[in-house]
Amino acid sequence: MDILIELFAWFADPARWTGGGGVPARMGEHVYYSLLGLLLSAVVAVPLGLFTGHTGRGGFLTTSLANFARALPTIGVLFLIVLAAGIGLVPVLCALVALAVPPILVNTHEGVRGVEPRLRDAAFGMGMRGHQVLLRLELPVAVPLILIGMRTAAVQVVATATIAAYVGVGGLGRYIVDGQARQDLTMMLGGSVLVVLLAVLTTLLFAGLRRLLVAPGLRTGAVAGR
Amino acid sequence: MIAEAWDWAARVVEWGVANWSRPGEPDRGVLPRLTEHMRLSYLSILIGLVLALPLGLACVRWKPLYPPVLTGVNVLYAVPSIALFFLMLPYTGFSDWTAVVPLALYTLVVLLPNVVDGLRQVPDHVRQAAVAMGFGPLRRLVYVETPVAVPVIIAGLRVASVATISMVSVASLVGLGGLGQLILSDGFRRQFDAPIVVGIVLTVLLAFVTDAVLVLAQRLLTPWAREDGGRRRRRRAAGPAGADTAAAPTAPRAAETAEAAVRRPVRTGPGTGHTAEEGRSWTS
Repeated sequence: MDILIELFAWFADPARWTGGGGVPARMGEHVYYSLLGLLLSAVVAVPLGLFTGHTGRGGFLTTSLANFARALPTIGVLFLIVLAAGIGLVPVLCALVALAVPPILVNTHEGVRGVEPRLRDAAFGMGMRGHQVLLRLELPVAVPLILIGMRTAAVQVVATATIAAYVGVGGLGRYIVDGQARQDLTMMLGGSVLVVLLAVLTTLLFAGLRRLLVAPGLRTGAVAGR
Repeated sequence: MIAEAWDWAARVVEWGVANWSRPGEPDRGVLPRLTEHMRLSYLSILIGLVLALPLGLACVRWKPLYPPVLTGVNVLYAVPSIALFFLMLPYTGFSDWTAVVPLALYTLVVLLPNVVDGLRQVPDHVRQAAVAMGFGPLRRLVYVETPVAVPVIIAGLRVASVATISMVSVASLVGLGGLGQLILSDGFRRQFDAPIVVGIVLTVLLAFVTDAVLVLAQRLLTPWAREDGGRRRRRRAAGPAGADTAAAPTAPRAAETAEAAVRRPVRTGPGTGHTAEEGRSWTS
């Protein structure tokens, strides 16, 4: 119980809410790294997944690549790039991209592959070209699955952006790293609570996005069963 | 450029071989770190599975339990692993449990949904058939429902094991062992890239080997799902007895049966016929 009271006091401290080391600033940095990492990953993974899913080519390669990236130890990637490129945002973003690409890639690929062949035949029968089928049929049908992949990636990215602090960059990880250095358990706990909060917000954001982006015809019935 | 890359790779390999084990420091070479890594990750995965099975069962049995449990597991997963490791330190110190407890809890985020989905996707007629054959709830679970769920559970286990093996590296930031320690203390702190690369490569290799073992385990555990193996066994079981007339074997299949019969000793009898029958109902 003591720790909860201390935690409350930590959050209640007015100094916690102002300046470069304050919660809003750290939160902003954390969101910035996470968003940048996620967007970069989506830019890489979604087109690639759409291509392999649409053509049916490279499915094995995609899965292998995703598995390989999943097996990469994040801190290894981070430290190696720090040694090569120096401290800064680049190593952090590389590590986050390596983390976020696999779920987005696999889900996009599977989402497009999973479109019912009947629908695809109908689209071609209506005279659509390959790219039209991809953009007007396969992409919208795959959106729910793509969003799930993005959500998984986003939660992982938010949790892992914490390690940015280990290579001297900001973000909520600072509280955890500095707390460790000062043997300040409350500070570490405070940082963790903030990260969890951010992750929960991320999940909610994706629930909202799903409502916004999924075509009305797909919201119930066909997709609900998945 | 290529020559440089080659030189660099050679240097990395050289370092790895030279430091494979250090007689002077028995727990600081590459091999001790690798075994530590294996111990930490396998223990976490095993404990995760042991937790996920009864929890998944309970969630299938009492449906309202599932959404809150799943939400809880997901929230837990959002806690950064470093933070959880540090928070464990006051309780478990520098023992394996500091890494194993959080990692085992993390695996639940993949394992629990897969156990639940696996058990739920057992076709209704299969369950009914088991009931009609006089299987009670426990025997049904052990002999029918769990085997049918095995592919889904192993699929979850594969994702969880790869994720866990790569996440164990983070434990080094708290001062625990594993390949992460190689990356951190031999590599990063000394600004030396070879140990980092060796650590990354071995982690990825370990993940792939573990994955391959799981795929093999699935093949062994679900003989009925094998394209060729299942059919051969079924044909073989039916062939010599000459009882199966429902699907007359076509010529190539007959040839295959003969081939199988030559390669493996033929076992006929009610026993094999029975398993084949069960296998068929599971795959349908």
